[in-house]
Amino acid sequence: MKGANILIESLLKENVEVIFGYPGGSVLPIFDALFDAPVKFILPRHEQAAAHMADGYARATGKVGVCLATSGPGATNLTTGIATAYMDSIPMVAITGQVKTSLIGNDAFQEADVTGITRSITKHNYLVKDVRDLARTIKEAFHIARTGRPGPVLIDIPVDVQQQDTEFVWPEEVIIRGYKPTYFGHPGQIKRCAKLISSAKKPVIYAGGGVISSGAHREVRELAEKIQAPVTMTLMGLGSFPETHELSLGMLGMHGTAYANHAIMEADLIIAIGARFDDRVTGRIDAFAPNAKVIHIDIDPSSISKNVRVDIPIVGDVKHVLGQLLEEIKDTCDTPAWIKTIEGWKKKYPLVYKDKKRISPQYIMEEIYEVTKGEAIITTEVGQNQMWAAQWYKYTHPRSFISSGGLGTMGFGFPASMGAKMGCPDKQVFDIAGDGSIQMNIQELATCVCNKINVKVAILNNGYLGMVRQWQELFYKKRYSYTCISGPDFVKLAESYGAVGIRVTKKEEVRKALEKAISIDNVVFIDFHIEQEENVFPMVPAGEAINRMIGGMA
Amino acid sequence: MRHTISVTVENKPGVLARVAGLFSARGYNIASLAVSETLDPTISYMTMVVEAQDEKILEQIKKQLNKLIDVITVTDFTKKEHVDRELVLLKIKYSAKDKAKIESILDKYAAKIVSRKENVAIIEAMGDQDQIKQLLSGLQQFEIQEMVRTGKLAIA
Repeated sequence: MKGANILIESLLKENVEVIFGYPGGSVLPIFDALFDAPVKFILPRHEQAAAHMADGYARATGKVGVCLATSGPGATNLTTGIATAYMDSIPMVAITGQVKTSLIGNDAFQEADVTGITRSITKHNYLVKDVRDLARTIKEAFHIARTGRPGPVLIDIPVDVQQQDTEFVWPEEVIIRGYKPTYFGHPGQIKRCAKLISSAKKPVIYAGGGVISSGAHREVRELAEKIQAPVTMTLMGLGSFPETHELSLGMLGMHGTAYANHAIMEADLIIAIGARFDDRVTGRIDAFAPNAKVIHIDIDPSSISKNVRVDIPIVGDVKHVLGQLLEEIKDTCDTPAWIKTIEGWKKKYPLVYKDKKRISPQYIMEEIYEVTKGEAIITTEVGQNQMWAAQWYKYTHPRSFISSGGLGTMGFGFPASMGAKMGCPDKQVFDIAGDGSIQMNIQELATCVCNKINVKVAILNNGYLGMVRQWQELFYKKRYSYTCISGPDFVKLAESYGAVGIRVTKKEEVRKALEKAISIDNVVFIDFHIEQEENVFPMVPAGEAINRMIGGMA
Repeated sequence: MRHTISVTVENKPGVLARVAGLFSARGYNIASLAVSETLDPTISYMTMVVEAQDEKILEQIKKQLNKLIDVITVTDFTKKEHVDRELVLLKIKYSAKDKAKIESILDKYAAKIVSRKENVAIIEAMGDQDQIKQLLSGLQQFEIQEMVRTGKLAIA
């Protein structure tokens, strides 16, 4: 069998349902094999979008997303998408063509050192120089991508390897002597952890993206209810615990709720689950949670004690570890007084906004929540749109909020929404965009229309790169240096691609427009003209303790 | 502070770049690095001396090394009994009247002259870090023209 066919057969063995990719000179044999392969193929209009689609698909389904590009520029265009997936621990396999093995290193046409370029943004990568290694490499790549702390793996395949013949042998198992993730927590640590929990008076559970990737949302809920501890989530953790639950504190950190941040600062115990104490969460690190003992459960040992001092580290898969812990915990904490204090903060510092002249973006998010009954998958771009989407939609299911948290990639949300829709065709999928970020991958309208991927895009159009403008307003004396940005007529643009565009300039029209968008069996761009200089509040200024928030208080 | 760490890795192309890349990407410093094949030709052994201001950074370096798929084991020699050696080659210029003096220094540290051309000698010395340091300070009074070092090798 030829290398290209071995690749396709191997992908089928891995149960790949859809590939997002773009052809080119160094992947011609692969595309020839794809021509009659029983697998869905989506052709985006830019390779970066292929990577984001594979990423969105992976985030929505929990399966490994697959993208494919040619050598040189095709591969370098994938890199932003690969780095995005890497920062958020998303399982992905990226396949790139490479120039002929005899030409590698010769500065050949469309040659780039792709394994070199992607070394620091992949969990692992491979250059396959012998077709006999191909099947095993693909099996390993999928194994590495989806196990342990998930992440993207890249396989670079020279065009002559794609053409070479060998027997197709699918390995039974994967043996990598340097890679053995720890799944179960150390029993001694679990016991110490249970003991510490039983003596806590002011515990807070701090849940991150690891809860979602390990599928531990039920365990988190069970733990919270059992020990009566409030739960706050990171941006990546949204959906890991229902925000409609009375123990939910919503998101914490720079744009978190005031009550979540106060709870962290007052807590005597923080149970960090699949989270990594990112700087957007902790604010000033030496002032973070000054009174708390810290339990940190994470599958990646290098995440533990990286940013904050940890009292009880537990390395393991959070689902397994929480299972062990739940068996070990006999006594619940004595928290009624603590819950009462938190209730007081919730009443005193709710999330608020004031209606101004033009439409409030927060109102739009509330309406999207109502119209979709809280059951949609929400993807976001990056900036104000992302934070409003995080704050004002109540996430109740894992994998319902999809956002570039770590890398903060503008242009992510639209292609990610398409990947999510491919993975979950029965779900309503909304991309919450800004007028700046939507223009970073707007060419994908063609892909959407052509493949009937009927996502809805809510553009919160304020004529600015809003989050940067907000920082300029607050910290750079309103010197709006190159943050005022123009765009096309989004309605006409959508129409020119064969999609539907709706413009909304009044608050009264918001609901109707959303209902219409949902009823239309096509891609819909809704161009909401929002309050231009609305800010995301509350906000912790960079380098401050997280209870020193500004703005947004009632 | 300097710490000696050894790492066994898959003996494959690109593995050295992964290790070196990890250090540069995360802002860690390598003071020396020695790499070679082991008895098992599929495994390479790296001895590295790293600079870490505190325990936390040393911990991170070890954890990040362990995270590399091609890294099989990581050993920290900081609190571990071990033997370490370094090989140094020196080019030294001297006159006939210094010969006896140099030879007595070399004898003291089991170093020797391996090549001589006119009044320039190449000296080979091997020892642990203290021995090398003392030898170099003893030879400082002469004109050292060039020096190459292998970096530390360590085994426990």
